[in-house]
Amino acid sequence: MDLPSLDLRLTIHPRVSVRPEPFGALLYHFGTRQLSFLKDRTLLGIVQRLDGTMPLGMALELEGVTADRVDRYRRAIATLMASSMLTSPASNEAAA
Amino acid sequence: MTLVDERTTTQRPAATSQTLLGHFERGLDAPICLTWELTYACNLSCSHCLSSSGRRDPRELSTEECKGIIDELQRMQVFYVNIGGGEPTVRSDFWELVDYATAHQVGVKFSTNGVKITPEIAQRLAASDYVDVQISLDGATAEVNDAVRGPGSYDLAMRAMQNLFDAGFRGFKLSVVCTRQNIGQLDEFAAIAAKFGAQLRLTRLRPSGRGADVWDDLHPLPEQQRELYDWLVANGDRVLTGDSFFHLSAFGEALPGLNLCGAGRVVCLIDPIGDVYACPFAIHDEFLAGNIREPGGFTNVWRESPLFQRLREPTGGGACNSCSFYDSCRGGCMAAKFFTGLPIDGPDPECVRGFGEQLLAERAEDALPKPSGDHSHRTSPPRPRGSTGPVRLTLSVRRPDAPPAHACAESPLAGFSPQTLTAAGCACGNNH
Repeated sequence: MDLPSLDLRLTIHPRVSVRPEPFGALLYHFGTRQLSFLKDRTLLGIVQRLDGTMPLGMALELEGVTADRVDRYRRAIATLMASSMLTSPASNEAAA
Repeated sequence: MTLVDERTTTQRPAATSQTLLGHFERGLDAPICLTWELTYACNLSCSHCLSSSGRRDPRELSTEECKGIIDELQRMQVFYVNIGGGEPTVRSDFWELVDYATAHQVGVKFSTNGVKITPEIAQRLAASDYVDVQISLDGATAEVNDAVRGPGSYDLAMRAMQNLFDAGFRGFKLSVVCTRQNIGQLDEFAAIAAKFGAQLRLTRLRPSGRGADVWDDLHPLPEQQRELYDWLVANGDRVLTGDSFFHLSAFGEALPGLNLCGAGRVVCLIDPIGDVYACPFAIHDEFLAGNIREPGGFTNVWRESPLFQRLREPTGGGACNSCSFYDSCRGGCMAAKFFTGLPIDGPDPECVRGFGEQLLAERAEDALPKPSGDHSHRTSPPRPRGSTGPVRLTLSVRRPDAPPAHACAESPLAGFSPQTLTAAGCACGNNH
């Protein structure tokens, strides 16, 4: 799986609902009817910062992700993109 | 099971699934999803019905009460409900409730035998992203299906699926309860699902409700369990199971899913009169947590009920502790054990190592729990008792000196002349 660029500006898919939990969060996509688990609060913090304008790298930095752990979070983000939980506004415009 | 340090979890994106399971086992503030049986009324009388459905319960929740529950689910961020019954679509306010739920960000997946899925309704369903449909079919041929679900039920389901397909609804669910008679038809079920653009969903036959009466004759044989497991391993990525077969994980690699009993921890059931049970397969007083009509509503039952608190406590493996497969099967299904009269902290009746069968053979004759609710049609054929032996009823001639044992006894006049009451019947109009 290709890791997403740290310059990418992502956002939570408009049909995705996020429910914070002590372990992270539950995500539900009403379009695909799929449930996902965010397994830690840092990842939840990152996802909540993604508003379509903030670069991914900055979200990681603001959540205190150190350099040695950046790729692990990029992998998690890639998984969320693959299941359409996260989407990039640019690709939405292209599709529309 | 080891409870995981939360602080460690927050630092690790690749936290093990065990960490997540630890949270689930201790219960969440709100269920992930829940099952809501809207009515006990049903046009069919399936022999294995989990909820012994047939007749409507006069205490059924009103439209307003149902909307109140939906409001609560929205506040709790329960993403979707699995609506069932009975046959939920026979409620006259069914579509109103579905519309209300989806307008309040509570998605709906409803189970139906297809009776109301006309071409017009199918069009309407196809237009909504927030509604999913699950058609029940328990045989890939009319012969196998109708033997369990009743004459005409195969055609009913096939017609409903055709209507959904014609309306352009893709990805609805074809839901099959796996039985001794249909395990050999798994490929045929997959073909039916493919034909209608549906997704196949396989679930486990539970000895709950009327299922207790037919379980001995319908539950898959040990070699069929293996066949089912192998089929799931080969086809698991395109088949849903509602996590029902985690007891089979002891055959080898774990099946996809949480592999955890979610009862009272991440799932529960609301029944047509507002009673909240630990799971859809446990409609029995033993697993009754409370009622949504009590102060505090559903939220209070979910968070405070002593039963749910107890289910969220760490459990040991009991008799299964020393088994090397305990970590994968986790002792199986609580409801399956309870309704077959096996101890809750021992092996599942369908334990793949055969320990359940051994216990079933050894159990006492009176080990089976008495059913605590039956809504079956009174006109149904007598309930077959299979090989479980005679029904153990306590019948006795009412002694003339004992007051009638029902609510009317609270009337100051009820005990006045019991002989007269016995002879003439009770005047309260309840037909008892």
